[in-house]
Amino acid sequence: MQLARVIGDVVMTRKDENLHGIKLLLVQPLTPDHQPAGRPLVAVDSVGAGVGEEVFFVRGKEASFPFYPAEPPVDAGIVGIVDHWDLG
Amino acid sequence: MQICRVIGTVVSTQKHRKFEGAKLMLVQPLNMDDSPRGNALLAVDGVGAGVDEKVLVVLEGRAAGEALGRKAAPVDAAIVGIIDTVTIDD
Repeated sequence: MQLARVIGDVVMTRKDENLHGIKLLLVQPLTPDHQPAGRPLVAVDSVGAGVGEEVFFVRGKEASFPFYPAEPPVDAGIVGIVDHWDLG
Repeated sequence: MQICRVIGTVVSTQKHRKFEGAKLMLVQPLNMDDSPRGNALLAVDGVGAGVDEKVLVVLEGRAAGEALGRKAAPVDAAIVGIIDTVTIDD
């Protein structure tokens, strides 16, 4: 999983039927210092995240698991909203 | 699998139910000389690792779910061992 900040959302009208009803958010991966790391990407949301929140997301087929038994064609999914993290 | 160092802990209240009770650790992948490589990532902890420990991290969904002991969990990384030593024979 990776830390990220939600920086926007994506709306599509014409889409794969398995994507109906699924929220798409634009996320910017973060370093542990809260700085942007790499390029933003689109992730599905299953935890009610919103713009400006820090979240963590999973990559790969596992991103579709929260929508079981539906199998949306996705490769990144937000699976938690971060309260805070502590560096040792 | 990758050798990483645990650099922090993550607290999340609102998360997918399969993460309930799981420990979320921030881990930094390492080069062979222990210098950091790439960006830090989040892994669930299956072995009771602590900050500063060198660990073995599996980066694949099914294996990570098994390490967590939960099938079909939306995870892609898990700590599966605490490393005692790494010997490079050259």
